[in-house]
Amino acid sequence: MARKILALLKKDILLEIRQQYSLYGIFLYVSSTIFVLFLDLGQPEESVWKGLFWMMQLFICVNAIAKSFLQETRGRLLYFYSIISAPHFILAKLLFNGMLMLVMNLLALLLFMLLLGIPLQNPLLFAAISSFGGVSLSLVFTFLGAIATRAQQNAALMAILGFPLIIPQLLLLIRLSNIAFSSVVQGSLTFIFLLVAAFDLLIVILAIILFPFLWKD
Amino acid sequence: MGSSMLRNKWWKILSICLLVYTVTAGFLGKVPVKPILNEGIRNLYFHVAMWFAMMIFFITSAIYSIRHLRKGDLKSDNYAVEYARTGIVFGILGLVTGSIWARYTWGAFWSNDPKQLGAAIALLIYLAYFVLRNSVTDLDKRGRLGAVYNIFAFAMLFPTIWIIPRMVESLHPGGMGNPALDTKDIDSRMRMVFWLGAVPGWTLLGTWITTLHIRLRTISDKKLANV
Repeated sequence: MARKILALLKKDILLEIRQQYSLYGIFLYVSSTIFVLFLDLGQPEESVWKGLFWMMQLFICVNAIAKSFLQETRGRLLYFYSIISAPHFILAKLLFNGMLMLVMNLLALLLFMLLLGIPLQNPLLFAAISSFGGVSLSLVFTFLGAIATRAQQNAALMAILGFPLIIPQLLLLIRLSNIAFSSVVQGSLTFIFLLVAAFDLLIVILAIILFPFLWKD
Repeated sequence: MGSSMLRNKWWKILSICLLVYTVTAGFLGKVPVKPILNEGIRNLYFHVAMWFAMMIFFITSAIYSIRHLRKGDLKSDNYAVEYARTGIVFGILGLVTGSIWARYTWGAFWSNDPKQLGAAIALLIYLAYFVLRNSVTDLDKRGRLGAVYNIFAFAMLFPTIWIIPRMVESLHPGGMGNPALDTKDIDSRMRMVFWLGAVPGWTLLGTWITTLHIRLRTISDKKLANV
């Protein structure tokens, strides 16, 4: 089972490396967004900085995952359908999108710090939290991307479905990053962290259970 | 709630009786005098009961979606959609009654309270469910995609609605670890009107509305099949 998932993952990574246009496309999108923010705001204070960062991460996530899912043509999906089972496919996609988001997140964070300054006391901790957050967001959008693909719709539908659904999780993540940086140590940090982790687990389980129903046509 | 429930009359009569009782006892009955709340406490029978009803309809909708995925029948899908629709209506009513209550107790219709936000998010998520359904033309596919989204949204939404508002400060009772319905605030008289009258009364009324919609939908489906 692990071999099949790894093979699929490898295929996605190879595709990404060979036709780099999508990776660069997203990166261009990210950098122009950050540049516009820089032109508009210069170097904002910490709360604005963090708020903007999470919003940007949300948009990166939608775009990156929409690309990765919608690039699969109908014929190719049919081919996958005939050779592997649905849970393997969705697990590979979840893994791949998580990795993609991890890379994107670090690149965006680097650029963000370069242009908009570093108002954070502990940039490394924020990098860790934002990576965790990026992966969490990518899980939700991967599943919604699967639904949107089956509805033969573009990224717009994914955003419509995803934005309301992501708010609770995004609120938790913002809270996590705020608590991590307040000078007073608060005990609820681990609690929120575990809560988000539990959420991620719930999403993965739901995806494995529900994806087979999307798969058959 | 099969088709026998649709034709039975007793629960519709019961619904009307309960609501007449709720409204009469709700406006004329004795209530404990509380500072700030005053007579506004009577809104409990309307505002809080709306949320109970909404929750019940969304849970019912999710159950029918699971059934639809297992059986693949059009009927369960119709039930899921119509219960979700009624849930949205009750959610909007809950928001409106809550805003009016908030105007007189907290001073503003809307004050970005975590529970107000949670309710607004829930409504947005269920509105997106209808957007998704309308974007698919094939009936089978529409049912399946809708059901998958409905279950996913339900599982994502309700833990957060029950967890997040309790973690942060809220104007609502129920914040910071208190029980959501503080039993010290209402006396036994109010409790009776609320649990015996308002909650079942509004829920039955909503179910009645839903069954009417389902019958309408079944007729139009039959018409479509015969064309």
